[in-house]
Amino acid sequence: MVDSADSVVLSLRGIRKSYPGVVALDGVDLALHRGEVHVLLGENGAGKSTLMKIISGAVARDAGEILIDGRPAELRGPRDAQARGIGIIYQEFNLIPHLTAAENIFLGREPRLAPGIIDQRALRAAAGRLLGELGVAIEPGAVVGRLSVAQQQMVEVAKALSLDARVLIMDEPTSALTEQEIRELFATIARLKARGVALVYISHRMEELFAIGDRVTVLRDGRHVGTRLIRETTMPELVRLMVGRDLHDQFPKQAAPLGAEALRVEGLRRAGVLHDIGFTLRRGEVVGVAGLMGSGRTELARALFGADRIDGGRIFVRGEERTIASPRAAIDLGLGFLTEDRKHQGLVLGLSVQENTCLPSIGALSRLGLMQPAREAEVTARRIAELRIKTPGPHQRVVNLSGGNQQKVVLAKWLTTEADVLIFDEPTRGIDVGAKVEIYQLINQLAARGTAILMISSELPEVLGMSDRILVMHAGRIAGEFTAAEATPEKLLAAALGRTGLAAA
Amino acid sequence: MKARELMAHYGRQFGTLAGLLVLCGVLWALTPHFLTVSNLLNIAQQTSINAVIAVGLTFVIISGGIDLSVGSIVAFAGVVMATLLQRDVPVPLAIGAGLVFGFGCGLLNGLLVSFGRLPPFIATLGMMSMARGGGLLFTEGRPVSGFAADFRWLATGEIFHVPVPVVIMLGVYAAAHFVLRRTPFGRYVFAMGGNEEAAVLSGVQVRFHKTLVYGVCGLLSALASVLLTARLNSAQPIAGINYELDAIAATVIGGTSLMGGQGSVVGTLIGALIMGVLRNGLNLLGVSSFVQQVVIGAVIILAVLLDTAFRRPKR
Repeated sequence: MVDSADSVVLSLRGIRKSYPGVVALDGVDLALHRGEVHVLLGENGAGKSTLMKIISGAVARDAGEILIDGRPAELRGPRDAQARGIGIIYQEFNLIPHLTAAENIFLGREPRLAPGIIDQRALRAAAGRLLGELGVAIEPGAVVGRLSVAQQQMVEVAKALSLDARVLIMDEPTSALTEQEIRELFATIARLKARGVALVYISHRMEELFAIGDRVTVLRDGRHVGTRLIRETTMPELVRLMVGRDLHDQFPKQAAPLGAEALRVEGLRRAGVLHDIGFTLRRGEVVGVAGLMGSGRTELARALFGADRIDGGRIFVRGEERTIASPRAAIDLGLGFLTEDRKHQGLVLGLSVQENTCLPSIGALSRLGLMQPAREAEVTARRIAELRIKTPGPHQRVVNLSGGNQQKVVLAKWLTTEADVLIFDEPTRGIDVGAKVEIYQLINQLAARGTAILMISSELPEVLGMSDRILVMHAGRIAGEFTAAEATPEKLLAAALGRTGLAAA
Repeated sequence: MKARELMAHYGRQFGTLAGLLVLCGVLWALTPHFLTVSNLLNIAQQTSINAVIAVGLTFVIISGGIDLSVGSIVAFAGVVMATLLQRDVPVPLAIGAGLVFGFGCGLLNGLLVSFGRLPPFIATLGMMSMARGGGLLFTEGRPVSGFAADFRWLATGEIFHVPVPVVIMLGVYAAAHFVLRRTPFGRYVFAMGGNEEAAVLSGVQVRFHKTLVYGVCGLLSALASVLLTARLNSAQPIAGINYELDAIAATVIGGTSLMGGQGSVVGTLIGALIMGVLRNGLNLLGVSSFVQQVVIGAVIILAVLLDTAFRRPKR
């Protein structure tokens, strides 16, 4: 690895990007050198994906400079970035499954025999050459939908190379690969390095960084907190950089007195997704559930709520064993579920605040099979006041509300059913800082009233700041359980990464 | 509700209503025969069959589905009922049997969609063909004609000078509006069509209610079949061809979104009346039926174009 200023292919200076209510990136610097693997590290929401989208031209920056080969450059969109040699491979591939590998690689740029007629032979030959350079055994004529995930990824890489990519961004490239496939991917990455391609590599798997990274940049809360040479850093140092911050001011946690057992789960199983989950939840208690994406947190919530079938295990509600076969059954037992994706799962956006608020409780609010608009209006008015929902009125369609207010409407639904066990999945995702604090205060109030709360969150500070107890999930199991007092970001992250050995560090 | 909220909720229907009034005004100017009581009642009576089918279809479309089998159910339920009538089964019993039969066909659609997880288009396309074939088999392709006067009263009778089919149509609309706006079932129809996943997670028993929606649509098709059979004094296994298209047109002109989640039966009634007025007016003006088809198609497209144009700037 050459380490002089002329080896820098792409550099970013003072990149800033904000979305309404959120600063996603704040003064981020990054320098990519020829032939290096530059790892981007940070918690969920630290700004990695926004940065990646800026480099690949998908998102425009608000401020800061992008330099390519030392000269200022404007990236006016993904095509523009591609033309300047910047390629990106997302976790979700952009391939057309019914077309062949060769057709995908040259989609929109097929060699022509005559205008409008594709030169099939040249197409396959060129694709074969590219795939050969990558050292992978994929037939150019193979239909992409029938290839393995790893092979599809290589088709993506070949596509980027066909555009003469000098910078290649890979987002969690190993998340769906087997051990063997990962080794092959690393071999390909080594070939790309040898050709002088600069790679930006994003991964949650710390051990991989040390296997293939040359340099690492850590982001936290949209800020650049450090760049290190991999050979000069250690895993504990990186973890500290990722999570280190003062947690106490942002989270107005008030411990509520704990009451009787509200929910107990024993040996809960769902084939391939959840394994032997067991925990208890008491009235007035907030139990945080940490873990990386795909660790089974949302699946646990859905299984508890009767939205997904379970294959084994016992669920006790207020001490009595129950089968929860449907969300209706869960609601009737006093459970409520604030889904992670409020737009797709939590709300019927075209309906009004009142209609959404009352949806799970229409039965209870009706008399002789007829809805009672007056009662619905009364209940809704109470929720609007109680939760301080900012809406022009109860008949406003929720699609017109802000994210924080939509989230409050979801909460209003479960206050209306008088749920005493609430499952929050990412309660503050995508809402601004002020509304976040309001949601935290509501969680406190609910706990004080004796509601038992299971709070799933990807934001470690939130989990640490708001929970009485914390469960950490990894690969569908509970990999660690901590009291608020003993939990540290390092311990949670180590358990979430499935590396219990790190907890000592 | 305040005027602004009224406008937000019913603005779309005001638009359709304005369209209907303008259309009536134009026809009145062109032909004096148009605006006579007897002609208006005539229009209402001719509209009643399509309008009754369109109510059921409006429910289905708001719930996020589609039903192509309504026309075939009209025919099949009609011949079943007519056969019973000819075997001297009492009129109320025969009508009841026809309605139950239509309801059953609809439920089968609903079961295929909600439990069989078939796309509604496919399930009801299959039913469209099966019910049509079933009706033909049942009568060996022959019409069943000639009924007692007390049955035919359903088409020829009047209640306070209003033709019975019009009274039935208005009754159906009042009931449907009430169900959609005042019962939990109605609310669930909107919720399912707006966001099925969110409805499930809010405890709505979506599969049950969805099945019921198709059942209701089948039931209303059978009711339309009663009106048709009484009017023609004959049940034909080839009746009701393309009725699904007229009903979809009335629903869409009335402002119900084919994407589901929004719509109203009041809009559908106005939509059905627009189609009825248009056909009647063009007939009065002596426009050929070939040209009429072109005009009606253009009106459907125009209505939806205007709708999208007015909705777009909101977001």
